[in-house]
Amino acid sequence: MSDTGKKIGLFAIVGGLILLTGVMQSWNSALLILNMGLISAIMALGVNLQWGFAGLFNVGVMGFVALGGLAAVLVSSSPIPEAWSAGGFQIIGALVLGLAVIVAAAVLYKKMPKGIARTLALLALLIVGFVVYRAVFDPAVEAVEAINPAAAGNIGGLGLPVLLAWPVGGLLAAGAAWVIGKTALGLRSDYLAIATLGIAEIIIAVMKNEDWLARGVKNVIGLPRPVPYEVDLQNSASFVERAASLGMDPTTASTLWVKGLYAVLFTVVLLIILWMAQMALHSPWGRMMRAIRDNETAAEAMGKDVTRRHLQIFILGSAVCGIAGAMMTTLDGQLTPGTYNPLRFTFLIWVMVIVGGSGNNLGAVLGGFLIWFLWVQVEPMGLWVMQTITSGMSDGPLKNHLLDSAAHMRLLTMGVVLLAVLRFSPRGLIPEK
Amino acid sequence: MDLLHAFLTLANFVLVPAIAYGSQLAIGALGVTLIYGILRFSNFAHGDTMAFGTMVVVLVTWWFQSMGIHLGPLPTALLALPVGIAACAALVLVTDRAVYRFYRAQKAKPVILVIVSMGVMFIMNSLVRFIIGPDEQRFADGERFILSARDFKAMTGLDEGLTIKTTQGITVITAVVVVAALFWFLNKTRTGKSMRAYSDNEDLALLSGINPERVVVITWLIVAALATVAGTLYGLDKSFKPFTYFQLLLPIFASAIVGGLGNPLGAIAGGFVIAFSEVTVTYAWKKVLAYLGPEGWSPDGLVQLLSTDYKFAVSFAILLVVLLFKPTGLFKGKSV
Repeated sequence: MSDTGKKIGLFAIVGGLILLTGVMQSWNSALLILNMGLISAIMALGVNLQWGFAGLFNVGVMGFVALGGLAAVLVSSSPIPEAWSAGGFQIIGALVLGLAVIVAAAVLYKKMPKGIARTLALLALLIVGFVVYRAVFDPAVEAVEAINPAAAGNIGGLGLPVLLAWPVGGLLAAGAAWVIGKTALGLRSDYLAIATLGIAEIIIAVMKNEDWLARGVKNVIGLPRPVPYEVDLQNSASFVERAASLGMDPTTASTLWVKGLYAVLFTVVLLIILWMAQMALHSPWGRMMRAIRDNETAAEAMGKDVTRRHLQIFILGSAVCGIAGAMMTTLDGQLTPGTYNPLRFTFLIWVMVIVGGSGNNLGAVLGGFLIWFLWVQVEPMGLWVMQTITSGMSDGPLKNHLLDSAAHMRLLTMGVVLLAVLRFSPRGLIPEK
Repeated sequence: MDLLHAFLTLANFVLVPAIAYGSQLAIGALGVTLIYGILRFSNFAHGDTMAFGTMVVVLVTWWFQSMGIHLGPLPTALLALPVGIAACAALVLVTDRAVYRFYRAQKAKPVILVIVSMGVMFIMNSLVRFIIGPDEQRFADGERFILSARDFKAMTGLDEGLTIKTTQGITVITAVVVVAALFWFLNKTRTGKSMRAYSDNEDLALLSGINPERVVVITWLIVAALATVAGTLYGLDKSFKPFTYFQLLLPIFASAIVGGLGNPLGAIAGGFVIAFSEVTVTYAWKKVLAYLGPEGWSPDGLVQLLSTDYKFAVSFAILLVVLLFKPTGLFKGKSV
């Protein structure tokens, strides 16, 4: 029973911290922290599936999160029919062609006997395939990017409701995870780590450079929202009246209302995923996963297909990260590939899982909220500390330097928190049972 | 058809830059591979260790410059290098004492050490940003070119120039010296032999009276020196920016793994494999092909296989191909 008490206590502390932000700073920032905390908790659940359940060391979280964001653009932004008639279909055709070449190469590799002939045939196929692919692909891309480059220059989206992008983001991430898992999961843990780190960088590079897809570093802004716009609320007489009856001015009330609606949506998703993860953990499947994690050889001796199970949970965990990524892009209302940074989107999520307690879903959720709260609040706290330290100093370069450096406080805090938890409570705040 | 000019263009834009970059990667990968061989984990903090050492070099260089100390045609950073190495060595030794030793005593699994090194990475990263800030810094001075394009053209009377930057020359010479010294140390000295013995078989090494803590300390000292040298050479050649150094982790690991983790010779080979593939795949071949083709002909496009922003993709693709077909790397590495 004290165990449950500890869990409730820890969650109450985090909730209290967010409430304190509301009272001390503003309810707006409190809701911002809550919303990103919800998304971080979902990402942490995804990583926990892979690391906590199965012991897979995935440091490519950023890539899957970005793919979710891409899904948000592809599903919800308005369609650009001119782009499709100019070359959109040709691009798709080129991509299919490229895929066909790779499949053909794989078949060739399997079918032909080992030797010089196979190597030569493989090389010839790949080189010819690449040249043909570029010949189809390049003009189409040029045609698409030439259409209204200031505002579009990409193939646009489907114009569907943005909520639909969330499961699609999951699917997109799952698809990528399948390809990655097929090639990289057989590798040892450190190799898998480097492989996923590299793949995440490649996904970001593709999103930054393939302007036809989602405008690259020119960013996609103004994505549709699942909740009303603040301006509309302020213009609606009934909303203004209700705000006035609560004693709030319409501007504040509308921003709070919108963020509150997001929070409700995110909470629903978090609860669904948490429930599913809990059910999975306590099912025979979850026990099998942990058995594989703890002793692969023994599990294999019991007739469990370790590689298949690893692939399965790798896809599931990545899909959860993709859903969270789509949700985050929806919340931001824009996709900015230049802002994806592995420290923030991969390693920070790892800190959440380790601090919360790997292998425990509630722990991952707690870690998501707590670490996100710290990530946001450490900077103002650091600034305050620096101001206190430097208050006695005369103005000069050293004082300015110290004040500027407060911005780097977050990375230091994350490192110290991670090392402290690993040293003194290696199983996290809410350990696995 | 003009083979000479084609080769000159190739040398100018591909061979010389790739050799310099390859040397930098090789020295970086040697550090990763040594830690893997002796301490048995992949050190994610290596990029930030490089950044820290380089940062000290940059600061000392500025101090020397302000005092009017110069090395003539050579960059002042070379003079500052020993200070950087000493500072970096102090940092990694403190880190080892405060962080890694605890897990070594516990005989923690390698993957736990990797996660621990993630925490160290965060701290070192913030330390560098605290001290020097996140912005790009240039600290190269002295003569810019060993051989400038104009001099080369005047000397030979050819149409194509060949440029060799001083930093590129220094990189290659330093790399040769460092690698030679390291291999002499590992193969000829008693301490180096004890390190290799420890790496090959820990229990047997302990049995023969090798002091593991001493081996670890010496490894960290060498790694600090390698990291600072690699970082300084890279910074001289390009520029110093903390985030770029963090990102160097990927090509460095790719080099070490392609060569075979734990194998110093492999790390060097891997560094050059990665550097050459990155540069050749992202180079626009138009000019070279124009020289190679018939007179007056030139390819329509740039003939660039991939845009430069995909250079990570290249190192990664090579890494994957090597791992799939030769899981222990080109040279036989360890598999723990």
